[in-house]
Amino acid sequence: MTTTSSDKTKVTLPSDTRIQIVREFDAPKRLVYRAWTEPDLVRRWITGGYGESKLFEVDLRPGGKWRHVMVMPDGQEGALHGEYTEVVPEEKLVHTEIYEAMPDAPPTIETNLFEEHDGRTTVTTYLDVVDKATRDMLLGSGMMDGMEVAYTMLEELVQSL
Amino acid sequence: VLALGERPVNDLVAALELAQPQVSKHLKVLREVGLVEVRGDGRQRMYRINGNGLKPIHDWVSAFERTWSARFDALDAVLEELKEKEIGDDDDQ
Repeated sequence: MTTTSSDKTKVTLPSDTRIQIVREFDAPKRLVYRAWTEPDLVRRWITGGYGESKLFEVDLRPGGKWRHVMVMPDGQEGALHGEYTEVVPEEKLVHTEIYEAMPDAPPTIETNLFEEHDGRTTVTTYLDVVDKATRDMLLGSGMMDGMEVAYTMLEELVQSL
Repeated sequence: VLALGERPVNDLVAALELAQPQVSKHLKVLREVGLVEVRGDGRQRMYRINGNGLKPIHDWVSAFERTWSARFDALDAVLEELKEKEIGDDDDQ
């Protein structure tokens, strides 16, 4: 398993077809869930400062559709859409995600689990894809291969120190 | 393996039970990120760990993780605002 972490966001690869992202937030899950599901709030963080969120529509119920249109820094638009398959308020969300530029690609299935402890909330996100190639594409680079190799080697090195 | 000290590539091949080209590829990556250092010693190339190289790996995060990290940092700001707003609302009551 490959593990990387920057600040508080932990990305791990539990299997060839799953990416796990864990992050703790200093807020009760009631508020985290709101920020995660109310379009006006979602739009303020979902792009992470990379481009802007132009449109975000959510029909938050099982079978409900969602769509997000972003404007990239180069001015190009990118859109994603999908469907909610599971909605358990303040506990669990499952939705599919399709990148509209690649409409025939099998959707990514995203799961979000919300757990509160002492007023703080840990959100565990799973991205499930059809195969390793898709996962690696999501991870977004040939660099990841190098990193994976480096981390495996690093683990061995550290264990033997 | 390298923790034991400087080693020629053949020792690493034997210890890691990988083919030589694979090991060379791994070493190339590790060298590029500064985790190992190499020096020529006659016909053999000798590899050793660069302890100082362990730090930069923290900076070496994928674009993927940076995206999520940036996203969640922005979410932190939204949550702070929601919390403050709640406190404000309580005061109004």
